[in-house]
Amino acid sequence: MEAVVWFFLIAQFTAPVAFAALGETIGQKAGVLNIGLEGTILVACYAAVVASAVTGSWMIGLLAAVLIGAILNLIQGFFTVVLASDQVVAGTAVNLIGLGLTSTLFDAGVASGQKFSGVAGIPKLPLGIDVLLLSLPILAWGVHWLLFRTQFGLALRGAGEYPPAVESAGFSVIRLRMIALLIGGVFAGLAGAYLTLGTASSFAPNMTAGRGFIAIALVTFGRWKPMWVLAASFLIGILDWLQVALQGRSAIPIQFFMALPYVVALIVLVAVGKGTQTPQSLGLAYRREK
Amino acid sequence: MVLVLALTFAAFGLDVPASLAIMWKGAFSDKVAIARTLVRATPLCLAGLGIVVAWRAGMYNIGGEGQYVLGGIGGAFCAKFLSSFMPSVLSIFILISGIICGALFGALAGWLYVKRGVQVVISTILLNFLALLTLEWTLRGPLQESKKQTFVTDTLPNEVMLMRFDSGTDLHSGVFIALIATVLIWVFLRYTIPGFHLRVVGDSPDAARANKLPVGAIQIRAMAISGGLCGLAGSVDYVGLTGRLADGYSQNWGFIAIPVALLGGLTPIGTLGSATYFGALFAGSEVLKRSTPIGNSVVPAVQGFAVLAYIAILWALNRKTQRRFD
Repeated sequence: MEAVVWFFLIAQFTAPVAFAALGETIGQKAGVLNIGLEGTILVACYAAVVASAVTGSWMIGLLAAVLIGAILNLIQGFFTVVLASDQVVAGTAVNLIGLGLTSTLFDAGVASGQKFSGVAGIPKLPLGIDVLLLSLPILAWGVHWLLFRTQFGLALRGAGEYPPAVESAGFSVIRLRMIALLIGGVFAGLAGAYLTLGTASSFAPNMTAGRGFIAIALVTFGRWKPMWVLAASFLIGILDWLQVALQGRSAIPIQFFMALPYVVALIVLVAVGKGTQTPQSLGLAYRREK
Repeated sequence: MVLVLALTFAAFGLDVPASLAIMWKGAFSDKVAIARTLVRATPLCLAGLGIVVAWRAGMYNIGGEGQYVLGGIGGAFCAKFLSSFMPSVLSIFILISGIICGALFGALAGWLYVKRGVQVVISTILLNFLALLTLEWTLRGPLQESKKQTFVTDTLPNEVMLMRFDSGTDLHSGVFIALIATVLIWVFLRYTIPGFHLRVVGDSPDAARANKLPVGAIQIRAMAISGGLCGLAGSVDYVGLTGRLADGYSQNWGFIAIPVALLGGLTPIGTLGSATYFGALFAGSEVLKRSTPIGNSVVPAVQGFAVLAYIAILWALNRKTQRRFD
């Protein structure tokens, strides 16, 4: 029984990174390295809390987060996919804007008495289970199905491997990549919604604390396979839970445990290196021949 | 830029001319205000130069924050364990150890990219968090003040601190370090062969490789210089301004340095200018926030704009080169 309790506790730490990493997987499979994930999640967090606070409904909060996530990713996609500008620079810009914008709005909101904590969260069943948490494995399987079992997924993967081939098969690489980013944005929105409405029901500046970047590392760790990405996220969930569980109870300084997720993410990236399973055109803009 | 500022004020429903007047007064009106501006501009300029060097080499270092913090930690270790040295020598040691710590931290990210293909953007962000946690830990461990009551380091004795020009202000001689660094980096990037190679690698790694340049080594070196400058920013603040480290030691200086460098067009001279502009913004908003709670928020809003402007410029340049080929 104890193990079950722990499992669901850890699952709650897993969910935000897992959603984010699954969305990033779709994008990377299509050849788009979404560096702006961190900023997108942060803005989604803000949107979820504010929408939930204003309407008193967690569903509208969730919807707002998903919508904002999708919009932000499409904006980023406009720069990186349509205008073919550098994906890293555009992503970094989204991160900076996300951090600046939400911190600014937070400061201004607090000053005018806006509510940023104790908003309506996702209703919980026993063991801390909720709808969103239950949907996680289903969505992970869904991503797997979409990528590897459908015609569309094949085209999407082609856009990440060898875009000209996909283009000559009659698909639009730009449209495929934008759709991938759109789905990725929805997932980033879910991550933001879970990080806020699924746990503390509050917002704080820079509350994502690098989870977006850890999620990017997890995609590599999971070898671009949704189920493995989910499993990798669970590992980070354990580490994340560990530092909360051991707070003040261990002789080893707590900072050591807090550092673990970052260290593991780094080690994973170092150990895995580039590898042969990386989508061949990851991070490269595609320009249609005229 | 003043227009952006005015629009930001208007967006938050403030009285625009009055707010602008307060900002101006807080940044330039008298010697206290000007000193405030220059003190804020100093770390921004140094770390901004660091960003310039890395980004010009195509290494998107966003780890300025971590490198800044590590520079401070390196300085504090020096101060603690080499305190028997002459004060003036010690301050120089502190500065140098700041450079070394930052440089090693930056080079680590560069090495990870060159040897293992780890994206610099991701590794530097992860390293930022590690640096901040290291700071937290050292303040509770090896670097904690002698009485062991609060989580800060011992305050540096006055003789070790960088020279101040006027006891009424915070202005310290670190300002000259920033100026000298600007000139050095400008000369380095523009007039030296290693600087030229660095830019070639940034503009086109393939072209560099075709000309038998050691691309990996140049990229790592760029990250080391970049980290060194950010680390220097951290130790200059430590030995010039604060005199001690605490949890909130870095007010995001390393992070803010990115928009500073971008707005400076990724050139050393431009960075000096934009660091001064942002320094003035910080100085002005410090005064502004006494009258309105959103004073703090002005700076990030302007930063977001700076980054967008940079992207627009990039896109325009991109289109121009493409037209040339079409």
